[in-house]
Amino acid sequence: MRVKIGGVTSLQLDRVRRSFPSGPTVIEDLNLKVDAGEFLAILGPSGCGKSTLLRMIARLLPPDSGTITTSPQHPRTAFVFQDAHLLPWRTVLDNAALPLELQGVGREQRYAAARAELAQVGLADAEQRYPAQLSGGMRMRVSLARALATSPSLLLMDEPFAALDEITRFNLEVQLRELWCARGMTVLFVTHSISEAAFLSNRAIVLARRGCAVILDRPIDLPAERTHALRSDPRLGAHIQELFAAMEEE
Amino acid sequence: MIKRVLPPSIPLLAVIALMEVAVRQGWVASYLVPTPTAILKAMVESRVELAEAFLKTSAGALLGFALSTVGGISAAVLLSSSRTIQRSFYPYAVFFQTVPIIAMAPLLVIWFGYGMRTVVASAFVVSIFPVIANTLTGLLSTDPALRDLFQLYGASRRVTLFKLRFPAALPQILTGLRIASGLAVIGAIVGEFIGGQGLGSVVDVARTQQRVDKVFAAVLLASVLGLALFGLINLISAITLRRWHASEQS
Repeated sequence: MRVKIGGVTSLQLDRVRRSFPSGPTVIEDLNLKVDAGEFLAILGPSGCGKSTLLRMIARLLPPDSGTITTSPQHPRTAFVFQDAHLLPWRTVLDNAALPLELQGVGREQRYAAARAELAQVGLADAEQRYPAQLSGGMRMRVSLARALATSPSLLLMDEPFAALDEITRFNLEVQLRELWCARGMTVLFVTHSISEAAFLSNRAIVLARRGCAVILDRPIDLPAERTHALRSDPRLGAHIQELFAAMEEE
Repeated sequence: MIKRVLPPSIPLLAVIALMEVAVRQGWVASYLVPTPTAILKAMVESRVELAEAFLKTSAGALLGFALSTVGGISAAVLLSSSRTIQRSFYPYAVFFQTVPIIAMAPLLVIWFGYGMRTVVASAFVVSIFPVIANTLTGLLSTDPALRDLFQLYGASRRVTLFKLRFPAALPQILTGLRIASGLAVIGAIVGEFIGGQGLGSVVDVARTQQRVDKVFAAVLLASVLGLALFGLINLISAITLRRWHASEQS
């Protein structure tokens, strides 16, 4: 297991502001620093700007003002959306290889990388199937394999497990945590689930409803290896309580 | 096979039988509606003339339809490329659609002369709008998350068009082509009324001779042509969409 956090700043946001066109300011002077290799969970009420924040970090949306700096040593960013968002006309393998294809990587090389990631998420046998032939959990695992195929140093996840049943979600959480431990990438994980945030992350922040200010920023000091047994651990319960209190205040 | 063929065959056979009985019994005048056996007899008697006319109408309709497909899809790609272009030109495409082809047909003869060119132009004018409208709807309905994904991995506009927007729009494009296939036959027949050839001309001449049986025979062949084109699009749809689109998976 390889968990190494701190030392190098992976991502820094300084006085970032963003409004909707002819609408209210969603994010107002947000400051945030994320260390390389950190697993940061981002909690907040609906509509507070969590998804907008991720899209700005991914450079899909420019901030109105302020700066977003990513570490030059870690230029590769991947995004996992709330739904799997696979291309339904492509096989699982072609979906997983898509980012590399778009980046101009040769056929053999990108298929090899995609196959390796599909094996990592337990879908080696499904590479010739189409998304319509997969369950919701399998589709989300393809989405994860697609994101990991580029070996990202920064992985942005926008409520990726929200639409899944609880058992599938629990299993994917453990799997994601294992992948993060093995690769040491920085993960920003937006979620509505307090227990998911506490179980997965090693740091959690709660954002305010108005202006997206950070109202709570806590390290989650739990063992690096997170198994299902941890779900009944009182230490996890204490973190959940603290995050719940902050969310309830909002 | 029987399950597919039997349901539409029963009403067809019932209508044929009713027509035969109604005309023979004198319930309907034979100069208004011929008996199905009279239509069949006219078909056999005029088989050479009808076969030649059928081939000419098929060529005109197919050429017009092919031009509509290429022109309509190209126009939709252009219209979808910018809101300004869309606002500037789309209203004229709609206006173009509202002009009745029967009023335009004499103009087409003036522009293109008698013969095939007028027929092709008429089929093209009538059938292009559904291709533009449906393709445009498809191209503008691309999943925003997938557009983000392509942007994140640095895909160019061209790559995004061919690897995302165009395949995603394929079901709507095929719907447009299905509608256009029938309209192309109608347009070709209208063009032939004025331009003087094919099944349209056969109908026109037979009408002046009060040969209702021959009019019905020609109309029947025009319907067969329309159905064949429709079937061709359905076949293409089944081949391209069967693995991933709900419309072809039932």
